Amino acid sequence: MNELIRLLKQDARLSNEQLASMLGITTKEVAEKIEKLEADGIIKGYSAIVNEELADKNSITAFIELKVTPQRDKGFDDIAKTIMMYDEVESVTLMSGGYDLAVTVTGTNFKDIALFVAQRLATIDGVLSTTTHFFLRRYKEKGIFIQEEDVDERGYVAP
Amino acid sequence: MIDYNSVLSDKIKKIKPSGIRRFFDLAQNMQGVISLGVGEPDFQTPWVVRKSAIDTLEKKRMIYSANAGLAQLREEIANYTYKKTGCRYHSENEVIVTVGGSEAIDISIRAMVNPGDEVLIVEPCFVCYAPLVELMGGVPVSIQTKRKDNFKLTASALKEKITDRTKLLILPFPNNPTGAIMTREDLEKIADVLRDTNIVILSDEIYSELTYGRKHCSITEIDGMKERTVYINGFSKAFAMTGWRLGYLCAPEPIVKEILKIHQYAIMCSPTLSQYAAIEALTQCETEVRNMVAEYNVRRRLLVDSFNKMGLDCFNPEGAFYVFPCIKSTGMSSEEFCERLLNEQNVAVVPGNAFGESGEGFIRVSYAYSLKHLLEALKRIEAFLKGLNI
Repeated sequence: MNELIRLLKQDARLSNEQLASMLGITTKEVAEKIEKLEADGIIKGYSAIVNEELADKNSITAFIELKVTPQRDKGFDDIAKTIMMYDEVESVTLMSGGYDLAVTVTGTNFKDIALFVAQRLATIDGVLSTTTHFFLRRYKEKGIFIQEEDVDERGYVAP
Repeated sequence: MIDYNSVLSDKIKKIKPSGIRRFFDLAQNMQGVISLGVGEPDFQTPWVVRKSAIDTLEKKRMIYSANAGLAQLREEIANYTYKKTGCRYHSENEVIVTVGGSEAIDISIRAMVNPGDEVLIVEPCFVCYAPLVELMGGVPVSIQTKRKDNFKLTASALKEKITDRTKLLILPFPNNPTGAIMTREDLEKIADVLRDTNIVILSDEIYSELTYGRKHCSITEIDGMKERTVYINGFSKAFAMTGWRLGYLCAPEPIVKEILKIHQYAIMCSPTLSQYAAIEALTQCETEVRNMVAEYNVRRRLLVDSFNKMGLDCFNPEGAFYVFPCIKSTGMSSEEFCERLLNEQNVAVVPGNAFGESGEGFIRVSYAYSLKHLLEALKRIEAFLKGLNI
């Protein structure tokens, strides 16, 4: 992977000066590269990795499997695009395997999400079935252990 | 009443405790220290290795292995070494699996050094060589490397110290504490000096996987050197496996045969569980190692650039996970600098002279720490330097 992207995925708050040091290039070059990544649509935005359990006790996320009949000429695209327009929907992914679309939805209670699925998703033309799974606990997000505090047990000084 | 002084060996009583110890005690008693002082990876041992050890515990009996190590592991070590250096060692009689690189260093020195033999030690370096030589009644002779040579060993410095009594040259590259490496061209020149002598090389290449920008070159790759080299490597640094205590040595059969006697009587065999895990490390962890090296490299560039910007001259180290900036511009000694930095900003780094006199005027800064940790430490070091008003 592009080293600049790897660093930004790890910590998007690094300054251009710091990134320049780490990559052995100039600050100006860093700025240009980032600008290009953004312009090319490779970097779509910057967000924090949040322990949702601590940030908002009422926040609930569900993972919904959708079986869908693909449409002539358009495949799954139209249905995916319809689903992703809802603000509640966090992600939509076309999958291989036992179902077609994986949708994550965030809400504040089980009932809201269940109703959203029943009223909004299940009723879309071409959607054959839905299966809803609720997130109970997140252990790892974007490569980071959510639950564990990283403790350095190595002591301070050693040869 | 027992007189402890009279029961202890004269040789061991004469040996000084590691210079790093005093500083360790100082730091350990403080609160909120942010350390850049440790010489072991911050990464966890790759999960595939840990998982294989767990599985091994479930399935296998933990019994002694062959003295020299599990046959399969020695085979993999020979393969791996061949892949890295092009040198073919016979796994049956030219490889010993040891308790870390440390044991390999110890038993090699014990097998070769007679009282009065001179052992050339390239400094600054890891702390164990001279005491181990002294224990054998050998005479450690230090060869000081210099900043102007990027802390490489030069042929002229080597020639200067060779006498009729010279038995062994200890060659520790990539180097702890400087991060210096020896390129093929550098090693050719050393080989030219040694080729017609009877001097053996103990090449401690424990950091060989951790080089940046160019591939590590082993002295064994140079014409005529394999026959006179004890090649030492291990799992601690490359695979983040320090606590597993596993290393190895490869050398010509006549040398290995004698070294093995010491290993057999002193150790019996290296930990069997670690040996099984090590097979996994050698065969399954190429990606993990590559990722660790990429991460170290980013940190390395950050530190070198930051120290130079702060006005502490820092040469570009191409190996290990240390940078070795010069602090002479502050007018302080290495120890003074480190003590004040610790007391005033709670940052622990290691005084360069803990690794030999030639390290005076420098500090060893480890980047076996997360970027976040490094950035915070750098901020504090900068504040410390600003406070000095130089």
